[in-house]
Amino acid sequence: MSDHDHDSDSPAQRAEALESLLAEKGLLDPGVVDGIVERYERDIGPMRGAQIVARAWTDPDYRRRLLTDGTGAVGEMGFEGAQMERLEVKENAPGVHNVVVCTLCSCYPWAVLGLPPTWYKEPAYRSRIVREPRRVLTEMGLVLDDEVEIKVWDSSAEIRYMVLPERPNGTEGASEEELAAMVGRDAMIGVAKVSAPA
Amino acid sequence: MSERIAEADLPIEGPAAPPRSNGELVFEEPWQSRLFGLTLALQEQGVFAWKDFQTELIAAIAEWESRADHQEEYRYYECWQRAFEKMLRDRDLCTAQELDQRSHQLAARPHGHDHDHEH
Repeated sequence: MSDHDHDSDSPAQRAEALESLLAEKGLLDPGVVDGIVERYERDIGPMRGAQIVARAWTDPDYRRRLLTDGTGAVGEMGFEGAQMERLEVKENAPGVHNVVVCTLCSCYPWAVLGLPPTWYKEPAYRSRIVREPRRVLTEMGLVLDDEVEIKVWDSSAEIRYMVLPERPNGTEGASEEELAAMVGRDAMIGVAKVSAPA
Repeated sequence: MSERIAEADLPIEGPAAPPRSNGELVFEEPWQSRLFGLTLALQEQGVFAWKDFQTELIAAIAEWESRADHQEEYRYYECWQRAFEKMLRDRDLCTAQELDQRSHQLAARPHGHDHDHEH
């Protein structure tokens, strides 16, 4: 992989070396690592956020709680997880579009969206979405009218953000479960909208 | 969802490409998931506070971004790894020397050895 002669070990070898040393020192139980990885690969992901969005679309009281106390409203659903000291949910509306970034590293509401996609962590997205959000969103396939105000929320260790997208037209009769199935991760980051199935 | 893309800096294909579906893998390579799990495990055991790791991660990313020549591709989990190693060094939990040594031992294994974690 890497063929620098000053640093011949690959990141994979270094990670393995770290794990074996930490286990030897009694600092780590490798079984615990397996469990954590499995949890993030299988159980924690944007389906949780989608359920929250669908609940907010169908239950006005829940929506109010979600917008005033995101952390509490997520806890009500039984979703807990690391990296969620405080969650703020930002609501899209006809004239306002919200989008989330972490300019310094990769802060992201793990407990409701899982781990961030690669593009979210890349320098291009992190720097450009702040400078030229409309252009970046257009490049990502989301074209907003010029009148729509775009608000960019910069996540930090203290506050994580999630977007509450607009409920698509034509979904009045849909159940909460059907609605949840329409909500994609990207809409909850704010780089896409939710559309009703054709 | 979006089939049209971009002239500018956002790549069209590859792991850094903008989203077109939700089907993205969480980790690109197995070592990344091990490293992630290691970091969380130590944090959950109270070896360090998440904020402390985050500070190191931000510094490692800033360091990469401040380098003048961006010949090499940005690799997030390599920044993560540098941050994690630094944190362990600063807490005297794992020295650079023992880590280098162990890593080179592993590198010296015959090619094609099994990558299972046998401990």
